[in-house]
Amino acid sequence: MRKVFNKTLVECARKDSRIHLVLADIGYGEIEPFARSFPERYMNCGVMEQNMTGVACGIAMEGNIAVTYSIANFPTLRCLEQIRNDVCYHNANVKIVIIGGGVSYGPLGISHHSTEDIAIMRALPNMVVLAPCDKREAEAATRAMLAYEGPVYFRCGYVGEKDIHHGTIDFQIGRSIEVEQGDDCCVIFSGPLGYEVQKAVLALREEGIRAQLISMHTIKPIDRGAIVRAAKETGNILTVEEHNLSGGLGSAVAEVLADEGCLDVRFKRMALPDVFVHEVGSQQWLRDQYGLGLEDVKREIRSLLAPATGT
Amino acid sequence: MYENYRALAAKARAHCLNMVYIGQSGHIGSMLSAADVLAVLYEGILRVDPENPEWPERDRFLLSKGHAGALVYAILAEKGFFPKEWLNTYDQNGGKLLGHISHHVPGVEFSTGSLGHGLSIACGMAKVAREKHQKHRIFVMTSDGDLNEGSSWEAIMFAGQHHLDNLIAIVDYNRIQALGFSKDICDLGDLDSRVSPFGWTCVSIDGHDYGQIEDVLKSVPLVPGKPTMVIANTIKGKGVSFMENQVHSHYWHVGDEDLDKALKELAGGVPAEIAECLPQGVKA
Repeated sequence: MRKVFNKTLVECARKDSRIHLVLADIGYGEIEPFARSFPERYMNCGVMEQNMTGVACGIAMEGNIAVTYSIANFPTLRCLEQIRNDVCYHNANVKIVIIGGGVSYGPLGISHHSTEDIAIMRALPNMVVLAPCDKREAEAATRAMLAYEGPVYFRCGYVGEKDIHHGTIDFQIGRSIEVEQGDDCCVIFSGPLGYEVQKAVLALREEGIRAQLISMHTIKPIDRGAIVRAAKETGNILTVEEHNLSGGLGSAVAEVLADEGCLDVRFKRMALPDVFVHEVGSQQWLRDQYGLGLEDVKREIRSLLAPATGT
Repeated sequence: MYENYRALAAKARAHCLNMVYIGQSGHIGSMLSAADVLAVLYEGILRVDPENPEWPERDRFLLSKGHAGALVYAILAEKGFFPKEWLNTYDQNGGKLLGHISHHVPGVEFSTGSLGHGLSIACGMAKVAREKHQKHRIFVMTSDGDLNEGSSWEAIMFAGQHHLDNLIAIVDYNRIQALGFSKDICDLGDLDSRVSPFGWTCVSIDGHDYGQIEDVLKSVPLVPGKPTMVIANTIKGKGVSFMENQVHSHYWHVGDEDLDKALKELAGGVPAEIAECLPQGVKA
């Protein structure tokens, strides 16, 4: 997915001279085409995320689009105050891109896991939060992000993400995409974990369970209409995300359900528990360990529907 | 000589005293120490237009020590960026002026408040100006406390690396920070010897000597290809004898008696200019 992001960024930068890329010495093997093509609009600050964010904000304040880019939580937590006070407060046109959302960098450890980012970024006024699920969404999200005036947080995958969408997509910030139709329940996901969720949803068709599947690629502003519709039409909602249970997609959906008076819906959140993921293993292995595997999703969907289906 | 600077600084100091009095706010010492430098900067150096605060070719000024924002407000009001009446709303419910400098005020380039932010923003602005071959300069005022922050040093490294000679950092070097003398907390010592190796040109001046301030600010960049750091040696609380070089001046909440005494001291220097700044009930 990061290759798609970088390729799309270069394409957009070719057409829009406002686009700058500001780094903190991360991006080897990926950012070189941008650096070679637009040396005046590329800068590697060195290992200094606070300054990277401040410089990007200064560039944006002068009428440009500045993209910061780094691994996992490096360009968010280390420089959170710069993002809040400088970027968001000034509504500066800065795009914060992370590579490796969730536990993409599995065995590298918790320093390289981004598992609280959605909660933190969506709490900031003026910030748009995007978490595309596959290469199609990543490309579309990159274009939409660069066309949008204002701060955007872009949670990119790392490598090897499988296609989830069946064909072309209509990507709009704040408008979720229905991936699979169904009326027994609605499963809402964000990010590449959706591939496992999709497999679970499709596997359950053999058991007669028809779940709707929605990619909530924009977590802020969230697609309230889609959530309310799903609640009213299916009465059963499951959220699945590769993020701490607190404050992420599931929390955002729960807020909408409560705010909109959809309190009679059966609802369950699947997410990483509120712990540091310290076991050694790949992203997929860690997902399985922490209850986010294919079988886990199937079990939760069955469980959600159990009272209604009588099984 | 320099009567215009002296007058603007005196008015700004009086406004600041009045503002922190009505707001019962802190940081008066930090405002008073920087008043002479900023009076020269706004009166004689910066290319800005009160009628068009967002004029693209303006020089940019960022106050990284955002807690002294009232000083910038006072000067901007005196220069005509907004009505002077706004100053009486400082820190008041529904007022126009926040306690820490705000970009919602005409003429203010950027909001700060937490330290260690201004230099990086200025670096980004300077980098773009260079890229676009623009002539404006980017001035930043930093301070002892602001230079405690690691992020300020990140920016110092960046500016030198990128040869940002359109960037001028002015240190309001009063050697006092919130809880004490800087030498006892985080001694920055000889700043020149610490900053120059990162590719800067540093010059040390008396931050209350209008001639020295004007001379150096009219000469920047001092060395082509290098950012300039003007180390303005100042006295915290300058201009009010009982606040000068007092740690307590950082959080001094000015009471009735303080205000009366302080304004009388300032008025002793330039009575005509001060008179119009006095709050009701106080006579110089």
